[in-house]
Parts: sequence; C-alpha cells; structure tokens
Amino acid sequence: MTLLKKTLVAVSVMAAVSSAQAATPTNEEMWALLQQVQQQLTDVQQQNQQLHVENKNLKTQVEETQQTALEANETVEALAEATEEAVKVASGSANETSIGGYGELHYNNLEDEDGNDTKTVDFHRFVLFFAHEFNDRLRLFSELELEHSIASKSDAGEIELEQAYIEYDINDQHQVKGGVFLTPVGIINETHEPNTFYGTERNAVEKNIIPSTWWSAGAMFSGEIAQGFSYDLAVTSGLNTSLDDSYAVRKGRQKVSKAEAEDLAYTGRLKWTGIPGIELAATVQYQEDITQSLDSSAGSATLFETHAVIQRGDFGLRALYATWDLDGSGPASIGADEQTGWYVEPSYRINDYFGIFTRYSEWDNQAGNSTDTEYEQIDLGVNWWPHRDVVVKLDYQNQDQPAGGESDGFNVGLGYQF
Amino acid sequence: MKNRRGFKYTLGLLFFISLIVNSFTVSARGVYQTNQDFLTETFNDVVPKSKVVWLKGEVASTITEILGHKYAGLRIRYWRNDQRSVWILEEIGKEQPITFGIVIAEEKIETIKVLAFRESRGGEIRHPAFTQQFKQARLDNMQLDRQIDGVSGATLSVRAMTDVAKLALYLDKFTG
Repeated sequence: MTLLKKTLVAVSVMAAVSSAQAATPTNEEMWALLQQVQQQLTDVQQQNQQLHVENKNLKTQVEETQQTALEANETVEALAEATEEAVKVASGSANETSIGGYGELHYNNLEDEDGNDTKTVDFHRFVLFFAHEFNDRLRLFSELELEHSIASKSDAGEIELEQAYIEYDINDQHQVKGGVFLTPVGIINETHEPNTFYGTERNAVEKNIIPSTWWSAGAMFSGEIAQGFSYDLAVTSGLNTSLDDSYAVRKGRQKVSKAEAEDLAYTGRLKWTGIPGIELAATVQYQEDITQSLDSSAGSATLFETHAVIQRGDFGLRALYATWDLDGSGPASIGADEQTGWYVEPSYRINDYFGIFTRYSEWDNQAGNSTDTEYEQIDLGVNWWPHRDVVVKLDYQNQDQPAGGESDGFNVGLGYQF
Repeated sequence: MKNRRGFKYTLGLLFFISLIVNSFTVSARGVYQTNQDFLTETFNDVVPKSKVVWLKGEVASTITEILGHKYAGLRIRYWRNDQRSVWILEEIGKEQPITFGIVIAEEKIETIKVLAFRESRGGEIRHPAFTQQFKQARLDNMQLDRQIDGVSGATLSVRAMTDVAKLALYLDKFTG
C-alpha cells in the first residue's frame, strides 16, 4: 500500500510539474491541485481498508469451510463404519449362530450274476448344521440328518442327530467337548461332505469295518501337541452287537438312541499334518464289552485303524487299513473275532472342474473263519465340480462277493455343501 | 469288576490329558499378532498413512468373483509405500472370520500370515510349512500361478487363505 501511495503522489507531482512547465500555476490552482491529490489519497485508503475487511472475511469463510469439510469427512467415516457393521451382521459374518449343510442324491444301477437288477434313486442324505458361539471359548455344534427322504414306520428313512456337542477351549491349544460327536477314526467318518471325496457311495471298508458314519455320546479332549501334530482322546458309549447280527460291528452302532451304556469305549487318535497335502493318522479303540454285557460268550473288542491321505499337486492317494479283534468264544465261533478291511484309492485332478479316481477295496466281517467271507470291490469314476461346493459323480463298480458271487453296475450322484 | 476297570481307564486317560495340557504351549486359536504389530513389523516402524478402496462397481464385482461372495464391508483399508502394499483382510473359514495379513511387492506375495484364528479347527494353516507355499505367488487370470497343497480336515481354512491371497494380489494391482 505504501508503494501505491508513493506512486500516486509521484504521478500527481509529475503532473503538476509538467503543467507548471507548460504554464506557471497560481497559488489557488496549486491549492486546488493539492486538495485533489489529498482526496485521491483518502479514496485509496478507504478502498484499502475495504479490501482488508473483505480479505479477512474470506479467510474466515475458508477456515469455516475447512472445518465443515473435516466434520463431513468424520461423519462419512462414522457412517461407513456403522454401515459396515450392519452389513457384516446382515451377511452373517458377525453372527454368533451359523447354519450349513450338505446333501446327496444317488442313482444306483447294479446287476448281480443271476441278472437281477437293482435300480434305485434315493435322496440319501439331507443334512443341516447349526452352530452357536456362546462366547469366545464355548460353542455348540449340531448336525441333523434326514436319510432316505422320508422317515416313517413303513419307509427306510431315518432322522438322525449325528452331532450335538458343547465344545470348550481349555486354552489356546486344547479343547474338550461333551455330547454326541463323531468318533475320531478313519478318513470319511468326520469329513464326508460329498464334494470332498470320490465315488457316489462312501467306500465299503470304512462303512463295514470302522463302521462309518459312527457317532456316540461322551467326552473328548482334542488338541495340538506340536506343529502339525494333534491328538484326540475320548470316553464314549460303546457298541452293542449280537450273534443275531453275526457280531458285525456296523450292526452294533447304537446311535445314542436310548443306548445301552453298561460298557464304555475308549478312543485315542494321533494325527500328523506337518507337511501340506499329507495326513498320517492312527486310531486305537477299546470296547469294554461289544454286546453291552448281554452276551456272556462275547466280551471286549479292540479296533486299530491307520490311514494316509496324500494330495500333492494334482495327484491324490488315500489308503486305509482297519481291523477289529473281538474277544470271546461267540465271535470266534463264526469267525467274527477278526473283522478287517483295507483300500487304496489313487486319483488325479485334471483341472478345477474334473477329477478321476479308482479304488480297490477288500473287507471281511468274518475274517477269523476258514471259509470265504471276503468282499473285493473295484471302483473307477469321475467327479465334476461345476462349483467347488457342488459335485456330480459317475462311477462304475465291480464287486466280488463271498462264494463266487459277483455284481457290477454304475452309480450317479449329485451332491452339495454350504 | 468291569466298572472298576472302566474307572481305572478313565483315570489313566485324564492323567495323560493333564500331562499334555500342561506340557505344551503351541497356540491354535486366538490372536497371534495384532494388526498394528504386523504393520509396524512390515514397515520397520514407519507405517504410511492408510488409504481405502471403496467396494463398488468393477472392484466389487471382481471381488465377488474371487471370493464366491461379496466382501463383508463397504471398503478395504490398505497401506502402501514405494516398495510394498499391505492388506489386512478377513474371510470366514467354516463359521468364524479369520484375519490375514498380506504383503505384496512387485505384484507378488512377499508374506501371508494368519493374524487371528477363531475357528475351532483348521488352525494348521498358520504354520510356516503351509504359508510358505504362497511366497512369490502371482495372479494369473484371477488364479494363483501355482497349486496350493491343502491340509487334510482344514479344507475351508485353506480355501479362505487361497482366496484372500488372490484378493490382495488383485487389489494391489488395482490400486497400484
């Protein structure tokens, strides 16, 4: 501003000097000229003050705008966070209760050596899981299953409570559960969603020897004792088989339905998953009395099972061996004192959508006798996963039965999990 | 006689369990590292200011394609300096969200870690033997450029980690 003033004065003086040079002004003219210059200076000062006020106002407005923007940003941030929480709750990701399930529809077309056909279609399993977190350390898990579509007196179906247990974290690495749970044995007894295994039907060795799917009531400790090395120890209700059922272990499953609990079962499993794609495990179970003390000619029984699951790259291999040793003269008299089976199942994953497999199985629920009671089966087939949780299966099976019997045919399956 | 035998077995079992429970300290469930500690460790104490990706339009649809479902949230926060971007992402294994920390450098995975595991099984995915499979993995046509060998019995946790690895690689490229 000072510079402006000086400039104006200089201009005015120069103008005056210039006029003076042209014609010498009188004193009155000089006075008028000076007054004129004074007036101009006053005007400039007023304009300057006005600009100063306007500038100050603008600065205040900018500061206010900045504050408003900051507040708006905070509001947006808070709104976004609140909406995110709401979205999480709505999508179920923050819910304490969760549901899941799986199902499988089977078509079987088998023919025996006498030309007798078996063609059936069956919605074999429709399963719903319900889980609930009571708090960070205590939770419920349950599995309710409808087998064979309809459950009534005149139908083959059943409604089964396969799992319903409360699990508690003792600490970060050990848990205990109580209730109804799946026995920690074999490959498919605990993980049997249809998209996780090959073949329409679950393999016959685990079905007849282990016997999967097998659940009981009791308590189980589980945990990790070193990197990739875990254990399970369980005390549960036992099996209850009989001479009428040829002491077959599968017939002894009580399914926790008013089950005899005179004699218990003790199970221990060690599992190693230290290298990705490899699982090695072994289970031992001791049954105090496999007939629940109802048959004095039978008694205790011991199961030993071991298996390997290998999935390295596109190649897969499952191999399992299981054997029962039943005490007592009753089982020994019909050869049921030894019940044994094994299978090996190589597979190849062609891409994300297709995989092929073959399986060779042998099992015998009366392996202790000298007659031929052994089954052998070869399966081969393909799985197609249109989505990783949905599978379509097609497989061929050929079964050699005791005493020279034979059957073969194909199976088609449709399965899902969510 | 039989009951006494059963009692003896039960006692033996409980004794063995108490030995195991008291002898080992391998963690399976819980928070292994806080988000802030992971960031501090990754950026050597100089954590850059975070930025966000809003999940809308093309980003939202691509994420849905990668995960098979929408990401639970409106935006994803990330941290980036000249060399690396860091992503802290959550994905449900079977029932509960697992928190993963992922570091991307030159469009490849430098580190992937489980920061918090809340599932009751499948915790084996946090072990270095498993996570090292992801090192230097790139995104190729929305898939990882390598096969990840799973952990038996932890299929859904393995799937969650594979999915967030792909998601972080995609977001790094999108925001880079």
